[in-house]
Amino acid sequence: MSGPFRISGAGRLDPERKAKFTFDQKPFTGIEGDTLASALLANGVHLMGRSFKYHRPRGVLSAGAEEPNALVTVARDDARKTPNVRATVQEVYEGLDATSQNRWPSLAFDVGQVNDMASPMFSAGFYYKTFMWPKAAWKHLYEPNIRAAAGLGVAPDKPDPDHYSSRFSHCEVLVIGGGAAGIAAALAAAQTGVRVVLCDEQPTFGGSLRFEMGAEISGEDAYFWAQETVEKLRAMDNVTLLNRTTAFGYYAQNFVGLVERVTDHMAAPGDLPRERLWQVRARRVVLATGAIERHMVFGDNDRPGVMLASAARTYLNYYGVAVGRNVGVFTSNDSAYAAAIDLKKVGVNIAALVDLRDNPSGPLVEQARALGIEVNHGRAVVSTAGRLRISSMTIQAKSGGGERMIPVDALLMSGGWTPSVHLFSQSRGKLSFDAATHRFLPGATAQACVSVGACAGSDDLGTAVAEALKAGEKAARDAGGKGEVSARIRVSASEGWSGGMLGTGPAGEGSTRKAFVDFQNDVTAKDIRLAVREGMHSIEHVKRFTTNGMATDQGKTSNMHGLAIAAEALGKPIPEVGLTTFRPPYTPVTFGAIVNHARHALFDPTRRTPIHPWAEAQGAVFEDVGQWKRAWYYPKAGEDMHAAVNRECVTVRKSAGLFDASTLGKIEVVGPDAAKFMELLYTNPWEKLEPGRCRYGIMLREDGFIYDDGVVGRLAPDRFHVTTTTGGAARVMNHMEDYLQTEFPQLNVWLTSISEQWAVIAVQGPKSRDIIAPLVEGIDMSDAALPHMSVREGKICGVPTRLFRMSFTGDRGFEVNVPSDYGQAVWEALWAEGQKHGACAYGTESMHVLRAEKGYIIVGQDTDGTVTPDDAGLDWAVGKKKADFVGIRGMKRPDLVDKGRRQLVGLRTKDPKVVLEEGAQIVADPKQPIPMKMIGHVTSSYWSENCGRSIALALVAGGRDRIGQTLYVPMPSGTIEVEVTGMVFFDETGGRLNG
Amino acid sequence: MASTAQAERRPKLAGRETRHGALRVAMLPPAERMSLRAPAASVAALASALKIRLPNAPRQSAKSGQRTSLWLGPDEWLILDEGGGDPLADCRSVTAVHSAAGISHRNVAIEVSGPGAAACLNSGCPRDLSLAAFPVGACSRTLLGKVEIIIYRTAEDNFRVECWRSFSDYVFEFLSVAAKDVAG
Repeated sequence: MSGPFRISGAGRLDPERKAKFTFDQKPFTGIEGDTLASALLANGVHLMGRSFKYHRPRGVLSAGAEEPNALVTVARDDARKTPNVRATVQEVYEGLDATSQNRWPSLAFDVGQVNDMASPMFSAGFYYKTFMWPKAAWKHLYEPNIRAAAGLGVAPDKPDPDHYSSRFSHCEVLVIGGGAAGIAAALAAAQTGVRVVLCDEQPTFGGSLRFEMGAEISGEDAYFWAQETVEKLRAMDNVTLLNRTTAFGYYAQNFVGLVERVTDHMAAPGDLPRERLWQVRARRVVLATGAIERHMVFGDNDRPGVMLASAARTYLNYYGVAVGRNVGVFTSNDSAYAAAIDLKKVGVNIAALVDLRDNPSGPLVEQARALGIEVNHGRAVVSTAGRLRISSMTIQAKSGGGERMIPVDALLMSGGWTPSVHLFSQSRGKLSFDAATHRFLPGATAQACVSVGACAGSDDLGTAVAEALKAGEKAARDAGGKGEVSARIRVSASEGWSGGMLGTGPAGEGSTRKAFVDFQNDVTAKDIRLAVREGMHSIEHVKRFTTNGMATDQGKTSNMHGLAIAAEALGKPIPEVGLTTFRPPYTPVTFGAIVNHARHALFDPTRRTPIHPWAEAQGAVFEDVGQWKRAWYYPKAGEDMHAAVNRECVTVRKSAGLFDASTLGKIEVVGPDAAKFMELLYTNPWEKLEPGRCRYGIMLREDGFIYDDGVVGRLAPDRFHVTTTTGGAARVMNHMEDYLQTEFPQLNVWLTSISEQWAVIAVQGPKSRDIIAPLVEGIDMSDAALPHMSVREGKICGVPTRLFRMSFTGDRGFEVNVPSDYGQAVWEALWAEGQKHGACAYGTESMHVLRAEKGYIIVGQDTDGTVTPDDAGLDWAVGKKKADFVGIRGMKRPDLVDKGRRQLVGLRTKDPKVVLEEGAQIVADPKQPIPMKMIGHVTSSYWSENCGRSIALALVAGGRDRIGQTLYVPMPSGTIEVEVTGMVFFDETGGRLNG
Repeated sequence: MASTAQAERRPKLAGRETRHGALRVAMLPPAERMSLRAPAASVAALASALKIRLPNAPRQSAKSGQRTSLWLGPDEWLILDEGGGDPLADCRSVTAVHSAAGISHRNVAIEVSGPGAAACLNSGCPRDLSLAAFPVGACSRTLLGKVEIIIYRTAEDNFRVECWRSFSDYVFEFLSVAAKDVAG
């Protein structure tokens, strides 16, 4: 027998299939299909956790996803430690290792329990009031200590080794909830032929049929009907069945998030994903989410052994476990009678049944009495006793008077049932309060969904199934289902309850005992009354002040009680006090499920150029530029970055260098209006640029600030090859497309991204032509035929090329474009030629230094979105005769033409060995008091081996007028003197372009 | 002048494939590709020059021999040629207004084939890929995880997935991981 409380013949599990597990290191045996909770209860263990604030001993309250108390940590290994797992959800598997939480040194003896004695200090809102002074203590003393004391589980500190999966799914009908109503709706919908998804959070479909022994369909236990029907659905091609799957969020346009727990119940998960996120777009949604039983609010209603009546019934009828041997019952409606009767029938003593109602009647009441159960009507349980487990309950007439103590080892309670309207509310559907039954029910819908069964207030099985069949069929028909629906379901016996109560019983007020409303956040009825007394009149304020409903269980059992107590204290009807908003997720969702595939290599694309493998083989060091890996520098043996960059920079100017520029954005602008379009998007004139020539173009935003730049080649009258910065590639394309479609739709021109069509090999330096020429066919490489800033189409190494003569170093230079798949082979051919001339490969760092030596700007480094062409010294690139281009009006704004704007200039440190820090601030007078007036900052700064000194670019107020002046860069280690200069540090006459 | 041998073509991830049961993710060989943009008035002349129909509605494609045209937008088609034909050359003589840009090397293609191919794509692609919504011959520019792809259904259980060259590491890895999950 797997535990002394397992009842032979009871339950739906196979007792032969045993699973050994441990709880707090102690070994136990359960049955496959058990939850950790049912397996522990079978072994007589009720104490499973400590409460959040007061560290009170707690057992299970429920048998489902609503569980607030029994939270444990489940660990597969050091990295796979999941805190705050509900013992009522976690299935037992061979080797399961579960540990209790929020206790020290042990679950039975917990030092933190002193909080319970000190509870007057910790009343509602205590942290808003108690820890106000001294102010500084909050951050360093109060908050860390409160967090440590009032924690639940401990988050794992190692990376999660599990993997998670994702699936997008479309269906005509999504049915959420696999109880009787959900199964019926899915069956009817599926028979019309449309795609149906049916999901349920439990391992087994059937919902409350798993424990309602009184429900019969066609004269048989309705649970069997449920299993048969599910098998029928499973056999249909158009049906997807998802068990262990929680619909956690209902978003816009019938987009519903589901989490399928794939391996949490397995002893050996193998390589399966732990969870799978389903993102379902459904034409229609059928909500069959059922109802959750409420507890009763009375003194010390939280002792281990005190639980929902339906939970006790589930443990008995599904798991085959009796929750005690001498059980008390406290109820305000009929449903707890069924639990008492079922337990009594298997030989459990029912010590007493206490019914708050004055004159309960009906078949269940009669049956209970007939079985010899003592029914005390018009009475209430006012308190309980017992340290780690309930030992007795004390009852009293509603009108007061003598108390009677009755020994019990478990106490079942039912305050009635709350329809699960969470998802309906998330869908933005309006809830309406049904005064007759004291519950919120789905009202006006906001999306294409329908609620059926207990969540819609249909208490009777026959009614629920009938409306579900109809709703399932209608949903399918509305979504185009044509097939005939033959499903008929004859409910021959039903269970179903209405009624119950909200808030505290008559003995509630004035009691000094803690009557818990919200178990997980330790909120008592008194706390809620206190909140109202302190001025919280809206339920939203009451919630935040008391934290009622704000724990990980989101108040599934506590919200309605809290609302009723607040309403009573306010003297207002419940609907006037309002209901707090339901928000996703319905139950906690792991980050793993949300992130799913997006980890490691799939976290973000890593883009590599066609020449990457060569650079890698050469030992290049790479830097991340957006998603790209770019070769940063190519160190030779023994070289550090500084040495490598110095060598590369000198080699380029002495001989030549090869640089992988493939990441440059490239856009082919084609059409009869191509030049017109270019005129509008760039500051420069393009109409007169001859085919075969290039121009450096500047693109502005509407506000007149520089947005991007790049060299543009005109290949034909109607075809431009535009280059953009690497980082700007995607946004420049979007910017152009945006203007083309919205501002200039009349133009006959189209844009095609060709960034990845062409690998780009920059060959720069005095020997560059000598390196390229032997490999080129059909292009005259002479200066006369191919001057600086021109482009030709021809062949290199036998493959097509767009050969640009251009320079980003100030030396003679070319950019060889070849189709990407040929990139590496052409590079290798150029490399071989280069070796004959002592050329090197250089990376992005040398590229930066070389361009800075010439004062060529980098958009995004020397500009920051507030720099005009004139600020950057690029006024020459603005077509003065142009009537229009994007940014032309912005450029004329008074503040953009003001004197004293920050202008880009060069800086030379007085000590040539000192390299400024990029971003360093510049002042005119270093002796002024702090805070000093900053007049600019350094944008680029390098050691230049070619110049034999440091060089820097800076944005300085009125910079060009300060050329020759001395300015100061105050740094923590001292003030650095700098001289303002022009931007060109090397070859000021530019002769080397043709050198 | 030209003294060296022709540069070798090195297609990205050439020959890569993964199999999970009968579900297969594999790189496809290089193909000629052209991005064609044109107003409605030019379509007839271009279709005639290219010898293929240019469909005018979402998801539609046309096939003629080894050549395929995929509708991507109201004035946009991806022309594929897997038989060595040169669609760019075919368009050169067309005087009707259009834009033809060569993108043979910009894109690579990955084939997803076998039972569960659609589910494999749906691991990161939000489109409805049921046969009713996305029949054989349907095509779409869409997303896989964080990147843009073009999908083209060549058979019930066969998709051609096109993406930019540098995104192919990501796309191939994504589809491989997804195939494993789908194949179970």
